[in-house]
Amino acid sequence: MALLEVCNLKTRFYTDDGVVQAVNGVSWDVTEGETLSIVGESGCGKSVSVLSILRLIPQPPGKIEAGEVMFEGQDMMQLSDDKMRSIRGNKIAMVFQDPMTSLNPVLTINSQISEALMLHLRMNKKEARERTAELLKLVQIPQAEDRLDDYPHQFSGGMRQRAMIAMALSCNPQILIADEPTTALDVTIQAQIIELVKELRDEIGMAIIWITHDLGIVAGIADRVAVMYAGFIIESADVKDLYADPRHPYTLGLLGSVPRLDMHKKEKLTPIYGLPPDLIDLPTGCPFAPRCDYRIDRCAERPELRSVAPRHEVACWVDISEERKR
Amino acid sequence: MAGENNVLLEVNNLKMYFPIKRGVFQRRVGDIKAVDDVSFFIRRGETFGLVGESGCGKTTAGRCILQLYRPTAGEVMFEGQNLVEMKGQKLRSMRREMQMIFQDPYASLNPRMTVGSIIGEPLEVHGIAKGKQKRERVQELLRVVGLNPYFVNRYPHEFSGGQRQRIGVARALALNPSFIVADEPISALDVSIQAQIINMLEDLQAELGLTFLFIAHDLSVVRHISNRIAVMYLGKIFEIADRAELYDNPLQPYTQSLLSAVPIPDPVVEETRKRIILVGDVPSPANPPVGCNFVTRCPVKMDVCEEKEPEFKEVSHDHWVACWRVN
Repeated sequence: MALLEVCNLKTRFYTDDGVVQAVNGVSWDVTEGETLSIVGESGCGKSVSVLSILRLIPQPPGKIEAGEVMFEGQDMMQLSDDKMRSIRGNKIAMVFQDPMTSLNPVLTINSQISEALMLHLRMNKKEARERTAELLKLVQIPQAEDRLDDYPHQFSGGMRQRAMIAMALSCNPQILIADEPTTALDVTIQAQIIELVKELRDEIGMAIIWITHDLGIVAGIADRVAVMYAGFIIESADVKDLYADPRHPYTLGLLGSVPRLDMHKKEKLTPIYGLPPDLIDLPTGCPFAPRCDYRIDRCAERPELRSVAPRHEVACWVDISEERKR
Repeated sequence: MAGENNVLLEVNNLKMYFPIKRGVFQRRVGDIKAVDDVSFFIRRGETFGLVGESGCGKTTAGRCILQLYRPTAGEVMFEGQNLVEMKGQKLRSMRREMQMIFQDPYASLNPRMTVGSIIGEPLEVHGIAKGKQKRERVQELLRVVGLNPYFVNRYPHEFSGGQRQRIGVARALALNPSFIVADEPISALDVSIQAQIINMLEDLQAELGLTFLFIAHDLSVVRHISNRIAVMYLGKIFEIADRAELYDNPLQPYTQSLLSAVPIPDPVVEETRKRIILVGDVPSPANPPVGCNFVTRCPVKMDVCEEKEPEFKEVSHDHWVACWRVN
């Protein structure tokens, strides 16, 4: 059964330049212990869609125009602000991209992690401090007890992200939302963090929603993948099916754009030409059509997600796996 | 180090130390050893990749080669002439041969200048073309990098990141250089745009016979574009090998762990891959460890690694390594 179910989510931003159609009717769900990865390039709406779920979109200029987000039998869009606060950081926790800016520079690590413990779990100061030390140990920060009263600037980038993860895990969340958590980190540190999250996932059994632009990371961590483009989900599938048999020209294009470390011959990359559309002025048909090699006349009409194989959906009029055989 | 005649650039024992100053009198209390005794050479027409994590000194090394920083010690031999000893007019005329592409296409173009004047500036500074001739050359350059020649009067903010990076490339090509330092030219771009720029750089190299020093942190991109690759860590080069050898037969433990840390976009491969997860962080370049610079994180260190620095040696043809386990 789905733990969190998002249905037809629409988010717009009303700016001076026009209405930015950031998220255009997105639906997905995540089950217990599952890792869902939302992949896409900058501006595709991947971050905005999860921020909308937690109702963290600044309103105005943002507005969640439609959508249901079912969690524990309730629609989170209808909950009071108080109720939302008791879910956020407690049952659904989030780790952000930039560990430098998401920690408060004038508070100690202990006070920042303890805050959530005291607020959500009603611990006293001493209990919270002990639990914080445990959490820092859990995320493998060396000499955790001695680092409790450090300030964020005394931590390295990787350690800050570990502290952020400790904070997110502090209330034993059922769902961890990670928004590009390793993008600001070096690759050896990135490998440490991914390994850590995988271990914690298997230990705690939480569901993870991992947002990234890096198809390599997705391959290593996800069970299911949703590919986003211009505010739409254009393909979703189990991870192995998506890589073995991509059905949307954009997914295929993304896979052809990244060099693989294990590629032996020097092969040319096959880039996607052109640019993503302006979200203020979206094409009425398929948003990818202007850049698509498989375009047909029907693409002037917007395709809906349709099932092409078990648990594999794609929003495209063309059957590209047939076309590619030719 | 090279002794071959098709070598375009040779770097010998390059050092770049930045002073750390403290107190009212700004006394020098130490050095940041950003680049610490680095030697390599680049052959004519090849792409030489320099890869490493942030703070390893790869950008500083690139800037030292172009004399944008004057190195603390060492030689930079370009076409047989030592750039470190050159000054003034002589150095300026050498700069025609060597250009740079920068990482951030949003910061490296002057927002108040039109694309035409950005690309045309080097032509004017070096007294190569003026007026109509300059305008024609600029339009030709725009065409070469795949932009519309009518864009000359537009400003940088009217372009996307990928288009701006193309403008940066056009500026670098303006003087017909033979050598280009590309410092993380694609890291600020989206995946689908990255491939466009990589392909363009490869095409330009084939057409114009350019030699590239390609600096980046992403090993899969570096491996894709380079003929030979140098791996840098904390101011030192640990290993140099050609692209196949580096992947098939990495000898230095840092290279091995770096290779294993790079994710491969294939879930089937990822499932069975063995990762070497390094512990801890890179030490500060102000206070590097005694012995080998990697000793604090090395999974296979020996006693000697904590005492003496390993020598950088050629272990087989074109494969250089600094590691006690190998030497």
